[in-house]
Amino acid sequence: MVSIEELSAIASQVRRDIIRMVSSAACGHPGGSLSSTDVLTALFFAVMEHNPSEWKISTEGQDAFVLSAGHLAPVYYSVLARSGYFPVSELGTLRQLGSRLQGHPSVSEGLPGISLPSGSLGQGLSAAAGMALGKRLSGDPHKVYCLCGDGESEEGQIWEAGMFAAHHKIDNLIAFTDVNGLQIDGATDSVTALSDLGEKWLSFGWEVIEADGHDFASILDAFKLAGSANGKPKMILFHTHMGQGVDFMTDNCEWHGKAPNQQQSETALSQLKETLGDY
Amino acid sequence: MVKYTDTGKKDTRSGFGEGLLKAARADGRIVALAADLTSSVKMGAFAKEFPDRFFQSGIAEANMVGAAAGLAATGKVAFCGSFAEFISGRVYDQVRMMLAYGRANVKLASSHAGITLGEDGATHQTMEDIALMRALPGMTVIAPCDYNQTVQATLAAARYQGPVYLRFGRPAMPNFTNPDEPFEIGKIYVMNPGKDVTIAAYGHLVWEALQAAEALEAQGINAEVLNIATIKPLDVAALRASVSKTGAVVVAEEHNAAGGLGEAIAAALAGQAPMEFINGGDRFGQSGSPSGLFKLYGMDSDHIVAAAVKAIARKKI
Repeated sequence: MVSIEELSAIASQVRRDIIRMVSSAACGHPGGSLSSTDVLTALFFAVMEHNPSEWKISTEGQDAFVLSAGHLAPVYYSVLARSGYFPVSELGTLRQLGSRLQGHPSVSEGLPGISLPSGSLGQGLSAAAGMALGKRLSGDPHKVYCLCGDGESEEGQIWEAGMFAAHHKIDNLIAFTDVNGLQIDGATDSVTALSDLGEKWLSFGWEVIEADGHDFASILDAFKLAGSANGKPKMILFHTHMGQGVDFMTDNCEWHGKAPNQQQSETALSQLKETLGDY
Repeated sequence: MVKYTDTGKKDTRSGFGEGLLKAARADGRIVALAADLTSSVKMGAFAKEFPDRFFQSGIAEANMVGAAAGLAATGKVAFCGSFAEFISGRVYDQVRMMLAYGRANVKLASSHAGITLGEDGATHQTMEDIALMRALPGMTVIAPCDYNQTVQATLAAARYQGPVYLRFGRPAMPNFTNPDEPFEIGKIYVMNPGKDVTIAAYGHLVWEALQAAEALEAQGINAEVLNIATIKPLDVAALRASVSKTGAVVVAEEHNAAGGLGEAIAAALAGQAPMEFINGGDRFGQSGSPSGLFKLYGMDSDHIVAAAVKAIARKKI
């Protein structure tokens, strides 16, 4: 079992990767990547049953992960590489010509760890529900995890998937939302109020769990609670801060989709300990 | 002139239903999803025989397409069915990203396509779906011409690895092709060989094209009738071969002009021969009977005959 200290160390390196990748690409989405870093670190290093060396696009015999909020590609690529899906040296190619690390996740380039494309918001939860159904049909007892954004939850298709997964009792689907409260145009509640997301998911027939998305004990407890086969899909609402780990990016929606310049990048990296070696 | 006999009018959507059932009995990977139009798109028999492999999405087409992509990712062959408009235009972004860009093994069963949807009117009569689907890299677009060919095209789509848009219609129409002829994706079917003019058609208009060829024969004109059952990828070499021989072309389709087969062939031939077009133009449809609408929108055999005569007259002497 990976300890909380070890998870913290990995998360620090993942945050360094995010800053360095976005900075060298001179574009990309650091804000949400940093807010979901702790949750994805916990998921990939302490929760998911997966074996990167035997991974297939069908994820047969393993847990699957679907990134619905595709702009969180930097954190996704970092946790994949740090888990051993592909060499960490490839992280430096983000958004460059010929790279397997497209601006948003793609299956066309054959990057291991990615089963479905994402980027156009609101679609991944339906696809994750479909994958979970596929596993159920095939007798594969593994789970499908899916990360959505809170801003993304303004898309109607999220709620279509909500009805579908509850109706078909897809209880091997564990979705979670990075509730950082911000989107491009400002606070989610000022753009188009989501009001109480927990109540919404409850009323859709889901099991709802709320947790602190920057506290590993809280994150691990939430995933543990979400494991039961009770006939209900699960939604974990992880409360987080956009830009977490870098003081000048924290809770600032300007950093949703902007790369730091060289000086800002150096400042950010000075706040994040290099624990596993930079790529 | 090759003789074709209408063995009894049947709807092409029922051909899809029959094909889906046959394919599913042979291949346990096949699943189907519907959006509250199960019986309209003829998935009812599948749902009854394979309840564990059938998933109702309700009136939520975007979710249906996404869930199908997820099922396909796990190795299933996923068919999702709805009216043509609701499985093309309504879900274009989902089809584009999840199926085309994602190379998903999903088959879009597009029923009630074109103006022959009839009485429901323009809101439901898509005349733009071929344009939308043709524009997507990697999408295969198939529009079989009758019940028998739709059964076979469905079997072929089930065997094919990758996204397919399979277009068929609502009303009972002549059924005239060989029920045992396997469907080959990408093949242009030469329904009648000829030397004076090429008439290229798909879907319901293949029968109209054959009626037109008979009428032209009475005028001493020998028309070559091509059933372009696969609109994408288009067999450009076969088309060029036909047109090199005939020197004139008519393209007939139950679709608007923009982005349809007519434009695809015009681009492929690039001025090689005079062309005439039978299509909906740049209009929406309206309520009416399928035959009445064919007449009003200039899609019946009489209009095809007139177009052929016009194209022939424009050949360079």
